[in-house]
Amino acid sequence: MNGHRFTRTGLWAWVVGVLFFLFAPIITIVLFAFDGSKIETWPIRSWTTHWFSVAVHDPQVRSAFVLSIKAATLATLVALVLGSLAAFGVHRARFFGRDSISLLLILPLALPGIITGVALNSAFQYAGITLSLWTIIIGHATFCIVVILNYVIARLRRSSGTLAEASEVLGAWGLLTLRFVTLPIIATALVSGALLAFALSFDEVIVTTFTAGAQNTLPIWIFGAIRLGQQLPEVNAVVTIVLVLMVIPILIAARLTGSENVARLAEPSTKT
Amino acid sequence: MSLMRRAWLRTTLLLSPPLAWFLVIYLASLVIMLITSLWSVNSFTQSIDHTVTTQNFRQVASGAYPTIILRTVLLAALVTITDAVLAFPFAYVMARVARRRTQRLLLMAVLLPLWASYLAKVYAWIAILEKGGSVNWAFTKLGLPAPNLGFTNAAMWIAFTYIWLPYMIVPIYGALERIPGSLFEASSDLGGSGWTTMRRVVLPLALPGLVAGSIFTFSLTLGDYVTPLLVGGANSTLIGNAIYDNLLTGGNLPLAAALATVPIAIMVLYLLGAKRLGAFEAL
Amino acid sequence: MGKTEGQLNLIAWEGYAQPQWVKPFQQQTGCQVHAKYAGSSGEMVSLMANGGGGQYDMVSSSGDADLRLIYGGDVRPVNVGLVPSWQQFRPFLQAPAFNTIGGVHYGTSLQFGPNVLLYSTTTFPTAPTSWSVIYNSQYKGKITVPNNPIQIADAALYLETSQPSLGITDPYELTQPQFNAAVNLLKQQKPLIAKYWNLASDEINLFQSGTTVVGAAWPYQTITLQQNKAPVAETIPTQGATGWADSWLMATKAPHPNCAYKWMQWVSTPTVQAQQAISFGETPANTQACPIMNQLQAGSCAGYHADQPDAYFNSIKFWKTPLANCGNGKNDCVPYSEWTNAWTQITG
Repeated sequence: MNGHRFTRTGLWAWVVGVLFFLFAPIITIVLFAFDGSKIETWPIRSWTTHWFSVAVHDPQVRSAFVLSIKAATLATLVALVLGSLAAFGVHRARFFGRDSISLLLILPLALPGIITGVALNSAFQYAGITLSLWTIIIGHATFCIVVILNYVIARLRRSSGTLAEASEVLGAWGLLTLRFVTLPIIATALVSGALLAFALSFDEVIVTTFTAGAQNTLPIWIFGAIRLGQQLPEVNAVVTIVLVLMVIPILIAARLTGSENVARLAEPSTKT
Repeated sequence: MSLMRRAWLRTTLLLSPPLAWFLVIYLASLVIMLITSLWSVNSFTQSIDHTVTTQNFRQVASGAYPTIILRTVLLAALVTITDAVLAFPFAYVMARVARRRTQRLLLMAVLLPLWASYLAKVYAWIAILEKGGSVNWAFTKLGLPAPNLGFTNAAMWIAFTYIWLPYMIVPIYGALERIPGSLFEASSDLGGSGWTTMRRVVLPLALPGLVAGSIFTFSLTLGDYVTPLLVGGANSTLIGNAIYDNLLTGGNLPLAAALATVPIAIMVLYLLGAKRLGAFEAL
Repeated sequence: MGKTEGQLNLIAWEGYAQPQWVKPFQQQTGCQVHAKYAGSSGEMVSLMANGGGGQYDMVSSSGDADLRLIYGGDVRPVNVGLVPSWQQFRPFLQAPAFNTIGGVHYGTSLQFGPNVLLYSTTTFPTAPTSWSVIYNSQYKGKITVPNNPIQIADAALYLETSQPSLGITDPYELTQPQFNAAVNLLKQQKPLIAKYWNLASDEINLFQSGTTVVGAAWPYQTITLQQNKAPVAETIPTQGATGWADSWLMATKAPHPNCAYKWMQWVSTPTVQAQQAISFGETPANTQACPIMNQLQAGSCAGYHADQPDAYFNSIKFWKTPLANCGNGKNDCVPYSEWTNAWTQITG
C-alpha cells in the first residue's frame, strides 16, 4: 500500500514537472509582452502595457490575423468534408489495397512540411497558378484532411456499425441515418478534429511560406517581426492576445468532449 | 449480390472526392518534385537542364550531407524518445488516475500551448536558455554553475521536445483511455503486481498510441528548418535547412528535391514499421 | 503616368516598409501598401519568380540578387525620368552596375551600408584593425558571422591582402583555386564560431548577453545594442568591407505600376531617405538627406557615413551575384549556385 502511494506521488510529481515544462515558454512569452525593453534579458527590468495597444492598433497585425482566421476556417471546412468522406470510405471498405490507401492518405501529415511546401510550390508554378489565399487553403487542407480522417475513423472503429445498419434495416433512408445516427456518433470527433485542424492551420509556418502570396498570415508576420528584434515585445503581446481569445473555443470543446463520455457508456467494451 | 454492389458503389462514391484531391494535388506535386531530382541546374545560366542524371544523388551522398542527415535522424530519434518518456506517465495519470474534472483540465493544459505561436514559443526558448536568460539566472541564484545552453544542439533538443510534446501526449492518452478497467481488475485478480500489470497489460495496449505519437515527433523534427535557425548553434544544420538553403538561397531545385527524398524514404520506412505495430488504429 | 491603382504589393527587407513613411504615402496616393518580408536574397528571387507572378509590384533587393532578377527577366526597365529625386542621388548610385545594364535602368537605388566588424569594448579596449580577429582561435566560441553564402566573399576580401599570391582582385569573382582558399579559411573558422546568425535579433542577443565578443554585423545591430547600453562598437578594418546596396526594382508583371512609380518617387525623397537611414542604420542614396538626418537625430548624418567622400564608398565591395562569366573572358569563375553548396558544406 505504501509503495502504491509512493508511485502515485511520483506520478503526480511527474505531471507537475511536465506541466511546468509545457508552460515555462508560455509564461515567458506573456511576461516579455510587458517588457519595457526590446531586447529580452532576464530578469525584466521595466514594465509596460504599451505593446498591447501597439499590437491592437497595428493594421498589419489585424489584416494578418483576419487572413489566418479565414485560411484556417476554410481549410478546416474543406478538411471536414473530405476527411469524413475518406474516413467512411476507408472504414466501410473491405477491398484489396485498403491498407495502402490509408497509408497514402497519412503521408501529408507524416512527411515533413518543407516537402509538402516545396512540392506544392513547384506544382503551382508549373501549372501557372498565382499564389493567393486559395493556395494557402489548399496547402493547409492537405494536412488538415488527415487530422479529421484520423479523428473520425478512430470514432467509427470504437462505435459499432450495427447502429447504422439497424437503422437501415428498419427502413430509415440513408440521409435519415446520417442525420440521426451517424452524425451524432461522430459529432464530437468532428469538433475535436476540427479544433486541432484549425489550430494547426492557424499556426502553420513552413507550408505557408511556400504557398502564400502577397498577403501575410499571422505566423508569417511574426517571422518577419522577430527578424530585426524591434517588434519582439509586440509579437509577445499578439501571442498573448491570441491565447486569451482561444481559451474560449478550447473550453467549449472540452465541454463537448466531456459529454462524449456519456455517449461512450453505450459502448459495452469500454465501460469502466 | 446487389448489396455487395451497392457497398462497392458507396465506397467508391465516398472515397473518390478525397482520393481525387489527394492524387491531383498532393501526390502529383510530390511526383513532379521527385522527377526534378533527376535533372540538374545549369550552373552557367541557372536554368533547369532536363537531362536525366544521378548527379544530385551522388552529391547528397558526399561531403557534409551524410553528417547532416545522420545528425537530423539522431536528433529526431532523441526528441521522440524524450517525448515518449515525458508523455507516458503524464498520459497515464490523465487517463487512469485523475478524476474527470482534473482529466479535462489536464487535457486543456496540453492543448492550450498549441495556440501560442510556434515561432514565439521557439523564440521564448532563446530567452530562457541564452547566457542572460532565466535558466542561467536561476542556476546562479542557487549557487550552481550556469549551464549556458543557448545556441547549442542541446537547446535545439529541448526546443523540439517541447514543441512536439502535445502531439505525443494526446495519442498515448487516447490509447490508455481505451483500455477497459476490467483488464486492470483481471490482472490484479490473477495476482499481477502493479508493475506486472503495467508491463504486460498497459504498455502493449498503449504501444500503438506511442508509435502514432512518434510519427509526429519524428517527422516534424525531420523536416523542420526554423528551430535550428533560431535556437541552434554552429553545428545545427539539419536536412530541412539544407533543403531550404539549396532551394531558396541557391535556387537549385533539383538538389533540394534529391535531398527531400531522404526524409521521404525514412518516413515511408517508419510508417511501414508503425503499421506493423498497429499505430494507424491509434492515430 | 496613369491613375494609381489603389494597391501596392512589395517584397521587402524587414524594416523597409515602416509605418513612419508608409502611412503618409498611403494617405497621399491612396495606394494601400502590402509588404511581404523576405529573409534572404534567395527568398526574394524565388518570390519574384515569373515576373512577380502577377501579384508583386516591387522588390527591395540587394546587389547579390539584382542581376539574377534582371537576367531572369523578372524585373522590367524603369524610366528614372519619372523620379525627380533621382537627380539628387550620389553619381555612382544613379546607374550602378547592379541595377543598370547598358544604360537601361531596372530600378532606383535606395540605401547602402557596410558589413562592419562589431566588437565588445570590454574585450577590445581599442578597435581591432584587421578582420583577422574573426579567424583567430584566441576568440574560440565567441565569434559570430552571418549564415549567408555571400560570407565567402568576406573571406576572399581578407585573403586579398593576407595571401596576395592568390591574386584575388574582386571577392565576388573567384576562380576555383581562389574560391577553394576562401572555403578552406571558412572551414578553419568554423570551430571558432558560436553561431552563424540568421536574424539580426540573434546577433543582438549574442552580444547583449556577452556570448560573443566579435563578429560581422550590420550597423543596425550596433545601433540597437548601443541604445540598450551594451558595451560594443563597430569598425571597418584596414582590408575594407563588403557591403550591400539595395534598390527598388519593378516586377515584369507588376499589376500596379503607377503606384509603383509613386512609391519610387516617395522613397527617393530626402525626407524618406533620411527616415529610413536612421531607422535601419544605413546610408541614403540621396545626397540631400544629410541635413534632414541631423534634424531628426543630431549627428546621424556623420554617424551613418552620409557625409563621406566617394573614397569611402570605393572601399566598400558591394554584394553582387557571382557569375561564371566574370569578365575575364574565360567563364572560369565559380557561380553562385556553387557558393550556396559550398556554404552548406562549411556550416553543415
